[in-house]
Amino acid sequence: MKTTGIMIVGVGGQGSLLASKLLGSLLLDRGYDVKVSEVHGMSQRGGSVVTYVKFGEKVYSPIITEGEADYILSFEKLEAARYAACLKKGGRIIVNTQEIDPMPVLIGGATYPTDILDELTEKGLDIDALDALSVACEAGSPKAVNIVLLSRLAKLLDIPYEAWLAAIERSVKPRFVELNKKAFALGYNK
Amino acid sequence: MKKLMIGNEAIARGLYEGGIGLVSSYPGTPSTEITEFLSTYNDIYSEWAPNEKVAAEVAFGASLGGMRAACAMKHVGLNVAADPLFTLSYTGVTGGLVICVADDPAMHSSQNEQDSRHYAIAAKVPMLEPADSAEALAFARDAFALSEQFDTPVLLRVCTRVAHSQSVVTLGERVEAPIKPYVKNGAKFIMMPSNAKKRHPVVEERTKALAAYAENCPYNRVEMGGTEIGIITSGTCYQYVKEVFGDSVSVLKIGMPYPLPEKLFRDFADKVKKLYVIEELDGIIEAHCNALGLTVVGKEMFSPIGEYSQASIRAAFGLAAPEFVTTDDTLPVRPPMMCAGCPHRGIYYTLAKNKVTVIGDIGCYTLGAQPPLSAMDSTLCMGASVSGLHGFNLARGEEAEKKTVGVIGDSTFMHSGMTGLVNIAYNATNSTVIILDNSITGMTGHQHNPTTGFNIKGDPAAKVDLEALCHALGIARVRVVDPYDLAACDKALKEELAVAEPSVIISRRPCVLLKSVKAAPALTVNKDKCKKCKKCASLGCPAISIKGGFAQIDRTLCVGCDVCQQLCHFGAIEKGGAAE
Repeated sequence: MKTTGIMIVGVGGQGSLLASKLLGSLLLDRGYDVKVSEVHGMSQRGGSVVTYVKFGEKVYSPIITEGEADYILSFEKLEAARYAACLKKGGRIIVNTQEIDPMPVLIGGATYPTDILDELTEKGLDIDALDALSVACEAGSPKAVNIVLLSRLAKLLDIPYEAWLAAIERSVKPRFVELNKKAFALGYNK
Repeated sequence: MKKLMIGNEAIARGLYEGGIGLVSSYPGTPSTEITEFLSTYNDIYSEWAPNEKVAAEVAFGASLGGMRAACAMKHVGLNVAADPLFTLSYTGVTGGLVICVADDPAMHSSQNEQDSRHYAIAAKVPMLEPADSAEALAFARDAFALSEQFDTPVLLRVCTRVAHSQSVVTLGERVEAPIKPYVKNGAKFIMMPSNAKKRHPVVEERTKALAAYAENCPYNRVEMGGTEIGIITSGTCYQYVKEVFGDSVSVLKIGMPYPLPEKLFRDFADKVKKLYVIEELDGIIEAHCNALGLTVVGKEMFSPIGEYSQASIRAAFGLAAPEFVTTDDTLPVRPPMMCAGCPHRGIYYTLAKNKVTVIGDIGCYTLGAQPPLSAMDSTLCMGASVSGLHGFNLARGEEAEKKTVGVIGDSTFMHSGMTGLVNIAYNATNSTVIILDNSITGMTGHQHNPTTGFNIKGDPAAKVDLEALCHALGIARVRVVDPYDLAACDKALKEELAVAEPSVIISRRPCVLLKSVKAAPALTVNKDKCKKCKKCASLGCPAISIKGGFAQIDRTLCVGCDVCQQLCHFGAIEKGGAAE
C-alpha cells in the first residue's frame, strides 16, 4: 500500500497543530502507520509554519519534499503558493482564501501578490479554495478554520464521516465539540 | 497500548518506564518537551533548573545518591553542561544517569548546528541515537541499565526531526528502581588529581568494553538487501534512506554512535561492493570507517550543512525526483516576528530611535533584530549580551558606553547573565544592561523560571527579586520601566546611558501570550486624521498594516497596548471605535 502525504501549512498561531493532532489520532485509529512532523520554537511566532502528516502500511521519512504531497491544507492563501511545489502530480490544494500580510507587506517593503490562486490553477494544479474563516464564523468561532479545512480533506479520503466526528470528539474540549461538528458539516457540504 | 507520540514525549515515557526518579533541565528547542512530559508524572521529581550546568549537576547528585536521574537540553545547552559531563565520565554513576541532548540541524530554532556526537567522543561517554519515537522510548528506557552496567553517564541524542515527529509507540510498564544504598567512595567520586589519575585508565578500559558491547548490542543492526550497495546510517537519515531505497540496498543502522564497533563494520563492508555513509552534520561514522581503512563515500557526496531529506539523498545518487510545479520565488517572505502587543517592542523601538548599539542575547527578544526595528548588533550565546557589552565598552571606550546596551531576558539572565553583571560591577565599565522581564521563558513555550514565582508544576515557589539581586551583584543604579510607556523608556535609556556608572534597566511587562494577561480593547485608525506618515508601521506590529497609504489596525490581533497611539502625532489612532 502506498503512503499518503498531507501537508498542513499556514501562519504560526493559526491552529494547525490541532489539525495535525486530530488527523494523527484519526489515522492511527484506522489502523495505519502514521508519522506527524511538527514545528515548535521560533518559527511559531507569526512565521510560515508547516506540518507533515503521512500514513500508510509503513511510513519511513516523517517529512514531505517536492512533488510528494497528495494533499496540501493551507490556512492562508500566500502560504499555499509558497508550498505548492510540494504537491504531487494529481494532488489537490485545499486553501482558506484568508490573506494575512507578512511583515515585508505590513511595512510597505513588498505587496501581497494578487491572483495567486489563478496562477496556481493555470499551472494545472487542482485547487479547492474556500473562505474557511467565514464558514468557521458561521459555525460559531473563527478558531474552527482548521476543522472546516479538514472537512474538505474528508471528502477526498476513504474514511467514514462518523470516524471524523469521533476524532473531533477526542481532539477538542467537550464544550467545543458541537461547534466543531457544525463547522465540519458546513465545510463538508459546501 | 499504541499511541502517537513526538520523540520527546517518547523519551519522557521511556525514562519513566526505565525507573527515573528525578529530572532537572533547562528548556531549549528542540529538547523542551522531554522535561515537560516528565513533569506530568507525579511519582517522579521534576524541575526547571536555572541552566544546563546546574541541571546536569543536580542529576549527578541524584545519581550519587543512588537514584536513576536524567537531564535534558538542546545541543548548545550541552556546551554549558560540558564541565560536569567530562568529569562525570571519570566518576561514573551510582544510580543510572541519562543526559538527553537535542541537536537542531538546519537551525530551525538555534544559533548554530553543532554536532553533539563530538561530545560523546571527547568525554568518552556512550551515546544512543534513536530514529523514531518507538526507538526513543526503548533507548531511553534501557539507557539506565546501560549506565549502571558500564558505570557511566549515557548521552541520548536526538535531532529535531525525531524530537518533534510523532510516530507510533507501544507503552510498557514502569520498572521500579529502588534507591541504592549510599556508600562513601572518595576514590571514585572525589576527582582531585591523585584519584582522577586512577580513574582515567578505568574510562579507557570502559570505552573498550563498550566498543565490544557495540558489536552485538540491540542498538546497531544490519538489514541486508543485496550485495551491490551498503549504506551505514543513523537517526533520521535511516528513515530517508529507507524511503528512497526500501529493501533494495543493505543498511547498517547505527543506534549507538559512540563507541562504534570494529568487527560489525568490517563484516558489513565485506558483504557489499560499494559502501556509503549517510549521516547529517559531521562525518563521524565516516571517520571511524576511515580509521578502520574501509573505503566509503561520505561527505564528498553528502553535505555537512543542514538537514537531509529523501530528496537530498535522491539528488546525491542522481535518482529521478517526482514531478512538481515550480513556484514563484519572489513571494514575500514570512519570517517569525514579535507578537502584537509584545512588551519587547517598546524597548526596541526606543533603542532603534536612539540609534543605540545593542549587544543581544537568546530568546524571543532576538526578534528585535528583524526589520523594521533592526535594533540588534550581535547575538552569540546565552548571557553574552551582558559580558559582551563589557568587552565592547572596554574596546571602544567612553563614547561606546554612552550609546551601547546589552539586552537579556529574565530567564536568560538567571541562566548566565548574573555572572556577566558581577563582572561589569567588579571591573567597572559604565555599562547599561536592560533586562527584558516578561515574567516567563517565552521562546521555548512558556516555562517558569526562578523569576516567575512558580515551579515546573505551576505551584508557588521562591521568586527572585531582580532589583535586589542586581543591587547585591554590585549595581547601585537599578530602575524599572513599563515598555508600553515610550516616554518613560526614552527617559530611562537616555539617563542611564549618560550616567558615569554601571546601571540596569528592568523593562517589566508580562508576555501577552500568557493566559493571565487580559487584552485591552483594540484600537482603530481614524482615517480622517491619518496623514499617511506610516510612523506607526515603523513599530513592526503585525496588527498594523498600510492599505492605500492609510494605516489600518487588525482588530483581531490588536491587544490595545497603546504603543502605536503614543507614536501618532496626529491623534489618528483611537481607543474603541467601530470595527472596520
